[in-house]
Amino acid sequence: MISGSTSDPILRTGHLGRVVKEKVLVEDATFEVQAGEVLAIVGPSGSGKSSLLRLLNRLDEPTSGTVYIEGIDYRQIAPRELRRKLGLVNQRPYLFPGTVEQNLRFGPQQRGETLSQDSTEQLLALVGLKGYARRNVANLSGGEAQRVSVARTLANSPLVLLLDEPTSALDETSKLEVESSIQRIVRDHGLTCVLVTHDTAQATRLAERALVLEAGHVVRNGPINEVLHA
Amino acid sequence: MLKLFFSNQLYLVLAQALVAAVAAMLVVLLARRRGIHLESETLVAMLRGIIQITAVGSILLLLLRAPRWTSAFLLAGMIVAAGATSARRAKDMPGAFRVSAWSIAFGSGSVIALMTWLGVIDTAITSLVPVGSMLITNAMNTNGLALNRFRADVLAHVGEIETALALGAEAKNSVSPYVQASFEASLIPAIDSIRSLGIVWIPGLMAGMLLSGARPVYAAIYQFVVLAMIFAASGLTSLVSTLLIRDGIFTPAQQLSLQPGR
Repeated sequence: MISGSTSDPILRTGHLGRVVKEKVLVEDATFEVQAGEVLAIVGPSGSGKSSLLRLLNRLDEPTSGTVYIEGIDYRQIAPRELRRKLGLVNQRPYLFPGTVEQNLRFGPQQRGETLSQDSTEQLLALVGLKGYARRNVANLSGGEAQRVSVARTLANSPLVLLLDEPTSALDETSKLEVESSIQRIVRDHGLTCVLVTHDTAQATRLAERALVLEAGHVVRNGPINEVLHA
Repeated sequence: MLKLFFSNQLYLVLAQALVAAVAAMLVVLLARRRGIHLESETLVAMLRGIIQITAVGSILLLLLRAPRWTSAFLLAGMIVAAGATSARRAKDMPGAFRVSAWSIAFGSGSVIALMTWLGVIDTAITSLVPVGSMLITNAMNTNGLALNRFRADVLAHVGEIETALALGAEAKNSVSPYVQASFEASLIPAIDSIRSLGIVWIPGLMAGMLLSGARPVYAAIYQFVVLAMIFAASGLTSLVSTLLIRDGIFTPAQQLSLQPGR
């Protein structure tokens, strides 16, 4: 496998695009994300934000261009390893039936590892759910379920956290709880994040840089205040 | 009562077929009164059915003196037709015909071969073809049920499946609950048939044997033998088809290609 240089950004896209049945979902998206940075992808509904995030996680195949992870073309990385490195949190949490602890262990189990009790508790503390390990996921509120979903993705120790509208299905209180969990993760652990949101206020609170999508095209890219308040 | 009017065997059989068809069409007319229109579909299906089964009867008549190996060709033709019929239940699924044909061929073919070798099925064309066709038909129905259920389950759980993929699960593990559910659901009719044997229904084969003068106990035991073979053929078919179709719904990069609206 070709190894990337240490000066490469943690994530870079090169003319990334996806066209399905002549419909352009994303076209010619070229941008970088530096280690420890939070990049917000904003834009109206149907502008291709979620499609772009799915391409980054390779849940969909690009029809043009590619993505580089630390300088390595992601098509050279096994899909399962790639998805571990670029952890995706969906708009809906989709927790698996069982306990919170079982959900957190899912990712490590896929590569034959066991998440220790200590790691489980640390992850739950990070998302503000200390003591929730044995709870059945069926009894969680929407905000709690989404925070379990974030912790479950973090259990895979990703290089980059991809968040797809993580608070759009939540009420105001739950939304702030999830936001504060994300802030804690970024501040305390310096984790690189790509946040898709239609909420520009949320983007301003959480991100340093923003990328604006319209009809699948990147129309602005730069520091958040310049891009969103231009 | 029909015997009072028809002394000729051919006319009697044709009259029986007509009466049965009229009974079926009466149901269609009743459905029409409730706004359900099945007229043309039922009429075409019945016409097709009578033509096909009469053609097979005629072929069997011709084959009575043919070498025994010709039944292999007949059964192979039935498997291909069963694969095509079954694949219609799994529209949009990549390779549905290939999966159905191979699964039915493996499931029913291996049971037919084994049972013929053991002497459970007689090698005479008049025995091997009808019994083989029963196994193939049931394998076809089971395969159709399995694929239909799997397709519906996957389309209803795209979020869960892609969440598992995004967490690093292998493609086959991300759909394993739906593979298992489809396999189990597809075998419900076969299990219920064995369970209700003799209580709810007396199958056609046993009825035929009784009508042709076989001793009831022998007819009953052979009917059980046939149902057990049907279960084995159906189970093997469903097992193979759900495994083959599982791999077909993912791209080489482990992306779920079966998606709503795609």
